[in-house]
Order: sequence, then structure tokens, then C-alpha cells
Amino acid sequence: MSGHRARFPVVAVLAAVALAGCGADADAAATGADDEGAGTLTVFAAASLTDVFTDLGDRLRADHPGLTVTFNFAGSSALATQITQGAPADVFASANPDQMAVVTEAGLGAGDPTVFAENVLEIAVPPGNPGGVTGLSDFGDPELTLAVCAVDVPCGAAAEEVFRAAGVTAQPDTLEEDVRAALTKVELGEVDAALVYASDVRAAGDGVEGIEVPQAEAAVNEYPIVQLAGAGDPAAAQAFLDLLGSAEGRQALTAAGFRSPSP
Amino acid sequence: MPAPLLVPALIGVAFLVLPLVGLLVRAPWSDLWSQLTQPQVGQALRLSLVSATLATLVSLLLGVPIAWVLARSTLPGRSVLRALVTVPLVLPPVVGGVALFLVLGRQGIVGRVLYEQFDYTIPFTTTAVVIAETFVAMPFLVISVEGALRAADARFEDAAATLGADRWTTFRRVTLPLVAPGVAAGAVLCWARALGEFGATITFAGNFPGTTQTMPLAVYLALQSDPEGAIVLSLVLLFVSLATLLLLRDRWLGRSGAGVS
Repeated sequence: MSGHRARFPVVAVLAAVALAGCGADADAAATGADDEGAGTLTVFAAASLTDVFTDLGDRLRADHPGLTVTFNFAGSSALATQITQGAPADVFASANPDQMAVVTEAGLGAGDPTVFAENVLEIAVPPGNPGGVTGLSDFGDPELTLAVCAVDVPCGAAAEEVFRAAGVTAQPDTLEEDVRAALTKVELGEVDAALVYASDVRAAGDGVEGIEVPQAEAAVNEYPIVQLAGAGDPAAAQAFLDLLGSAEGRQALTAAGFRSPSP
Repeated sequence: MPAPLLVPALIGVAFLVLPLVGLLVRAPWSDLWSQLTQPQVGQALRLSLVSATLATLVSLLLGVPIAWVLARSTLPGRSVLRALVTVPLVLPPVVGGVALFLVLGRQGIVGRVLYEQFDYTIPFTTTAVVIAETFVAMPFLVISVEGALRAADARFEDAAATLGADRWTTFRRVTLPLVAPGVAAGAVLCWARALGEFGATITFAGNFPGTTQTMPLAVYLALQSDPEGAIVLSLVLLFVSLATLLLLRDRWLGRSGAGVS
């Protein structure tokens, strides 16, 4: 099962870390002259991937002792801006192809991005569903307190498409700045329902209940990933991509509420 | 002027001013007008001005008495009280927003009663914006007024007392006029802080054009999809803030306004 990882130059990583003195110095080594096998991996990933990528990072570390894995989780557009402005990153995982294009069109990708997961919208309601929400049509009910993402952010654009497909004129009380903010308001019990991603519902555990919506197929969200041209440690970046594409990685993604990309 | 002071001062000024210059340089001057006349901009600006003004009024009503308690009373545990009421100065505003939810939200300690008894909820309303702004901005007023009270000569108050004035009369007729410039300066600072409030507002009040979307929220959201628009909105906010500080400090507060720390 772990055969694909045998190629990874663990020895080189260990040596570099040892030369650098200690793990904490590995960052400095990565930016130094000796880039090869510096033993650090920096992944810039969409906020919605926080839980599953953190988990995968732990697995990668367990398999490659001495490897330093750091994540920068934020909105995809903020990450794309950071990368094009020169932030040191080895891998970029975006929550939508548009922000990935910002990075690849700037010539910063090593190779073409691949789609590794899909996410669909789902209704999140507080435990017990106090508002009695059953489907998308409830989002047109002005009596309910409802949160939807602002149209400027990806989950909001997707929500707009889904509402259009369902023929619902939404009456939200707040247009949240990101999907996690919308989810938080459900977890706090402050809104009767929010339209978030299936993966967010899963991440909230018992804090929210999910209601699947058939119209969500109108706006399937694709997650592309790419190794960046300036990667300090291409081998470590590749190891992460391999792990993500392995059966183990797919299982972790599914458990976190993501779908495998449609072929 | 000694170089050891002048050089770092110049570097410091450049550090503070250059980002503002950056906004001016990058602004899309050619379609500035079309950006500014979008209905959402006017809506957000109006809401910002109204809510910041209301937050300042509430802060004056509640904050001046707090400052008086801190500066003049002999209440035990005043230093603890001072620390408590000025915590929002250093608290991340998002934390403030969450805390407000836990008290005033639909499921909050107080908010639950309002919701169950009167079917009234505070979050996602303009009231919530004013509350969030007041929470973050009032400490600025308290600090300013307390400073002014401590600097004011208490002998005038003593004299008023010996002439038969009760404490309330003394406060109204002697203390308040004495610290008026400090109160005004604190109010301006409070207003400017409320105008710029972002974290507590977006957390507690949410974001909806016309009811809760203030300028800082509009800037943040515009940045997600329309960076040029965000620059224009930022310019407006910068202009309003700068004009307020300049006009009020020089014309209205005069030199005594400089006592604000």
C-alpha cells in the first residue's frame, strides 16, 4: 500500500535536516542555496481542505520522519494572490479552477494542474432543525433566518447557480464572507439554515445536520492541485501529490465529505 | 534637529504614509466615477456613517460615566475595572463578535430571552452593527475622557462643593465643561474606530447590503472578486477618515485636542 512512497529520498531529507542543525532551521535551509532535499514542504490550500490536508500532512510526516510540512489555509483567491506576489509555496490546492488559472497563467505551475476532488453544496441546519427546513425552497421563506455566501466568493457563486437551477429566489439575512463563516452561524444556532459544502457539514460533526439537495449538481465545485515551479523540494511536493492520489488519500477525502472527480 | 531622531522619524512616516500613497497610485482614476456611483457604494457609506455616529452617541452616554468612575470615584478594584472595560482595545475584533453572539445572539444568554419572549433577534440587523461598533470603539472614548479627567484640576470641583453644589451639579456645571475638549477628542477617535470596524461587525452582524454591510465589509468582499473596486472603496474610506481627523482636530478641538493619546 505504501510502495509508491519508496522513491522518496528519505535519507537526503534526514541529512539536510541534520545539517541544518534542527527541524526548526529547516525553513532557512529551504530558502538557502542548497534547495535539494531540504526536507520542507509548504502547501497552500483552500480553507475547505483544512481538516483533510492536515490529516494527510500528519500521515506524510509519519512516513517521512524529519520532513517539515507546513500548511497555509485561506481563501483560494487570497492564496493565489500570495503566490503570484512571491510567497514561497511548493504546492497549491485551489477550491476552484479560476484561482488556479491565476497561478498557472502567471507561469508558476510545474506541469498542469489536476482535479483531485469535487464538492457539492448541501444545506446545513442546527441540530434538531429548529426551523423545519426541508429543502432549497425554504431559502425563499422570509420568516427564516438564513445565511448564504456572498456572490463574490466561490460558495456564493455556486449558491447562485443552484438557486437558479431550483427556481428559488433566496431571501438570506446575511451574505457571509466565506463558507466557514456561514457554517459557524449554523453551529452557533443563530441561523435556521445555511448553504455550505458537503465537506463543511462533515467537518462540523455533530454540530450541524446536513440536508442534501439534488439541484446541487448544477454547481459542482472542482478542486485542482499543482506543484509549483519554484518548489524548494520537488520530491516532497511529489510525495504529497502521490499520497493525495493514492487509495489512502481518496479515502481520506471521501471521509471528509469530498467526492472523487468524475472521469 | 538631531539626526538620531530625524532619520527614524522619516522612516517611520514613510512606513505609515506609503501604503496610503499606494492606494492613490493604484486607483483606477478613469472609471472612478462609475465605481463610486454604484448604488451599493452609497448604501454602504451611508450605513457606515450612520452606524458609526450612533455607536459614538451610545459610547458618550455610557463611556463618559465609566471614565468618571475610573478617574474620580474611590471604588475598590478600579484597576481591574479599567482593564476589563479596555480589553476590546487589544482583543481581536472577531473574538469580540463571537463573544457578542454568546450573550446577545439568538442562542445567547440574554438574546435567547429576547427571542423566546419577544420573537426579536439582534444579529443580522443594523442594531447589531451599532452594538458591534460600540463594543470595539467605546474604550477609545473611555481612555481619552479618563485621561482628560485626571489632567483636569480637581480643585474646581472641590470649590463647587464648598459652595453648596451637589456632585451631579458639579459634574454637569464644572467637570464636564472642563474636560469637554477631551470628550470631543475621544468621541472623534471613537467615531473613526467605529467607522473602520470590521471583524466584530462581520462576525456578529453579518453582511447584507443596506442593513449590515458597512464600508469595510464592502471593501473586503470587493477584494474577493473586484480588486479595482476594493481600491476605490478604500480610497473613499481613507478620504472620509482623513478629512474627519483633519477638520475636527484643527477647527473644532483646537490645540487642546492634542491631548489625546
